[in-house]
Amino acid sequence: MPLHQFHFNASISSSSSPFLAPPSAFNSFSSRHQNFSLPPRDLGICRCVATPQEAKTPTAYKTNVSRNANMGKLQAGYLFPEVARRRNAHKEKYPDAQVISLGIGDTTEPIPDVITSSMSKKCQALSTLEGYSGYGAEQGEKSLRAAIRSTFYADLGIDDDDIFVSDGAKCDISRLQVVFGSNVTMAVQDPSYPAYVDSSVIMGQTGQFQTDVEKYANIEYMNCTPENGFFPDLSKSPRTDIIFFCSPNNPTGAAATREQLTRLVQFAKDNGSIIVYDSAYALYMSDDNPRSIFEIPGAREVAIETSSFSKYAGFTGVRLGWTVVPKELLFSDGFPVARDFNRVVCTCFNGASTVAQAGGLACLSPEGLKAMHEVIGFYKGNTEIIMDTFNSLGFKVYGGRNAPYVWVHFPGRSSWDVFAEILEKTHVVTTPGSGFGPGGEGFVRVSAFGHRGNVLEACKRFRQLYK
Amino acid sequence: FWKQISLRQHQHLEQHPDASLISLGIGDTTEPVPDIVTSRMADFASGLSTLEGYRGYGAEQGNKELRKAIAETFYKDVNVKDSEVFVSDGAQCDIARLQLLLGSRVTASVQDPSFPGYIDTSVIIGQAGDLDHETGRYHRLEYMKCGPENKFFPDLRRTSSTDVIFFCSPNNPTGHAATRQQLEQLVKFAKDNGSIIVFDSAYATYISDDSPRSIFEIPGAKEVAVEISSFSKFAGFTGVRLGWTVVPSELCFSNGFPVIHDFNRVVCTCFNGASNIAQAGGLACLSSEGFEGVRTRVNYYKENAEILLDALASLNIKAYGGQNAPYVWVHFPGMNSWEVFDMILEKANIITVPGCGFGPGGEEFLRISAFGHRESILEAARRLKALFS
Repeated sequence: MPLHQFHFNASISSSSSPFLAPPSAFNSFSSRHQNFSLPPRDLGICRCVATPQEAKTPTAYKTNVSRNANMGKLQAGYLFPEVARRRNAHKEKYPDAQVISLGIGDTTEPIPDVITSSMSKKCQALSTLEGYSGYGAEQGEKSLRAAIRSTFYADLGIDDDDIFVSDGAKCDISRLQVVFGSNVTMAVQDPSYPAYVDSSVIMGQTGQFQTDVEKYANIEYMNCTPENGFFPDLSKSPRTDIIFFCSPNNPTGAAATREQLTRLVQFAKDNGSIIVYDSAYALYMSDDNPRSIFEIPGAREVAIETSSFSKYAGFTGVRLGWTVVPKELLFSDGFPVARDFNRVVCTCFNGASTVAQAGGLACLSPEGLKAMHEVIGFYKGNTEIIMDTFNSLGFKVYGGRNAPYVWVHFPGRSSWDVFAEILEKTHVVTTPGSGFGPGGEGFVRVSAFGHRGNVLEACKRFRQLYK
Repeated sequence: FWKQISLRQHQHLEQHPDASLISLGIGDTTEPVPDIVTSRMADFASGLSTLEGYRGYGAEQGNKELRKAIAETFYKDVNVKDSEVFVSDGAQCDIARLQLLLGSRVTASVQDPSFPGYIDTSVIIGQAGDLDHETGRYHRLEYMKCGPENKFFPDLRRTSSTDVIFFCSPNNPTGHAATRQQLEQLVKFAKDNGSIIVFDSAYATYISDDSPRSIFEIPGAKEVAVEISSFSKFAGFTGVRLGWTVVPSELCFSNGFPVIHDFNRVVCTCFNGASNIAQAGGLACLSSEGFEGVRTRVNYYKENAEILLDALASLNIKAYGGQNAPYVWVHFPGMNSWEVFDMILEKANIITVPGCGFGPGGEEFLRISAFGHRESILEAARRLKALFS
């Protein structure tokens, strides 16, 4: 069964193209609603229009600039706008339904006062002579870099200036790809967060998409399944320059053990590879697993770590994250990776918003940390409810313990079909596992971000559907 | 390059710890943001602590109201649609995203001198080839000389065609705002050659005369141009981070594929939207009261520029720009721009920017930026008069 596909009857104008995420909201700042009408869709088979749109009329002017072939390799829209589109179409079809979103991992709970008040104060200060600040350092404010280091990397041999503050992990991933360039080879877990693969395609590191296996040529997909404990068999993994590794994992929720990460670091060392370690969910861990790759001896010579305030502080809209590039990490010619990353940060970026950074600093105050842990605890409570529900229905359920995602197995079924069935019959949005790679086929990711009431209601509906 | 300036600044301060340094170098805004704007931002931030006011992920393309407000404020008469406006965290970031979209195989031309970001991102993405150390030019880039001799507009008859043309007006660093006639020529040139213009209009609100504020004022531009802009110099948002790019739906690659689709894809994959607090601020800036407020700041900086221009005129020093941009472009014929920079730093304790940092066409020039508190500007003007009379 091919990947998610959409079939449109009418000729597509820019506002309804499958390639465009819908323009936003009915209200000001609400997330990802859509304001156009789509022909009601038969949610059976839809074909994805991945081929280029021709100009509207044959005589319409075209420039002489060739489209970037790498963009042409992408197989349709980025995963989450696609999920959003399906959700919105569903809402149009059932305007009275109470649609519950456990799809896109979007935080829902208000940000603790201690954090927003610091951002509020910073905004107000911008209206004063003493408080006004213009450009900040592109690498981030010194105090915030120091706070990140002492909170997350104390005693791990990381310096303040190894830390680069950003507007989020997704943006950092692309900046890292720009640093690496088009000539590197890369490996990802399968399934994995789609931005690693998509940014690799855009950068020109990959070959064409191979529809039979649903993989891009020239990327190494490291299968992570229940059978292998969601950790790849490194003895069967060919060498690549870059290895993207996310733990706790999105979407599977698996948290790699110290032993596993030691093997990963050794593997990188033996092969002269660079690990890009995504630790955006580290604070969701219940177990004793490493929170940072730098807990593993030797990691500073082989790894970069990226993380985010999004899921800790509800900063999904505020935009704040960071990347650690240790001084010890060198390219094959001895050139420090951090220097190139710094150059990209200074040239292709201009720093995270100073207001967001003020919020970040407050997050890392003792009061802020306490408040963040409470919100994280709340989402973990949601996760438990969801896990219990699917467990009680007899499903094989993974994740949940160390991440705000529950990875539910639907053996032998197409994940987009399950997604569609759940959406149609319970009005609950999830995320189809195959959107994270072919290794996600047969699974559905249920995210645990939501108001408690919605999560309980969603679970009630799951029980009705699958009893 | 900016590091070099920083370095010399530090060295100077070490040698003269009591020097009262005036920085007219990096174009960083200095005046507070109007209350009406920051109070809305503060309210929005506080609102994030409430059930009703909490917002998670926003649309990567930007908040719908803000996109609409941008289209209506800046592009009212040229029919730019909301859906063609992409809100960002600033022009520098958008330039990089455009380069990512365009890829390594396109050829590019830049004005000479120009904002270094176009060249640097071009190099990083792999378009520019190697640097020729003698000329200071990258082999595969086309440099369009812009100087007093050609009214700061390239001789397009002598310009090789490239896929992409980076054009900034009002210009950083020269301050020149291209005339309607010049931009018509540019659009025609792009049309004849099938090129895409990346038009940087970040300083449009500084225009005093009736020079076009947007490339889309030129008929036919929608088929050949994207426009980038920013709240940085308009609203003092250099630290807050907010800007936008307009990609017309008419703009197509050679195979007919709309550029806007690819830009949207890059925005969704490599970006996650501008900060919602910054966007709340942007919306406030475009309200009538907010717009009034930010305009007064722009006028303040324009008055600064006038003061500097007057000072230089009184010294019979040839200075360009300053009327349509917050930069004054000063000519020191026959002199090396780093030497002039050093001299002014040493003797007048003023930081400026040597023109060579903007390309070989900047040699012999100095950029003096007009951002600063009035007293600093007045003091700088006094010192320049003292130095050069």
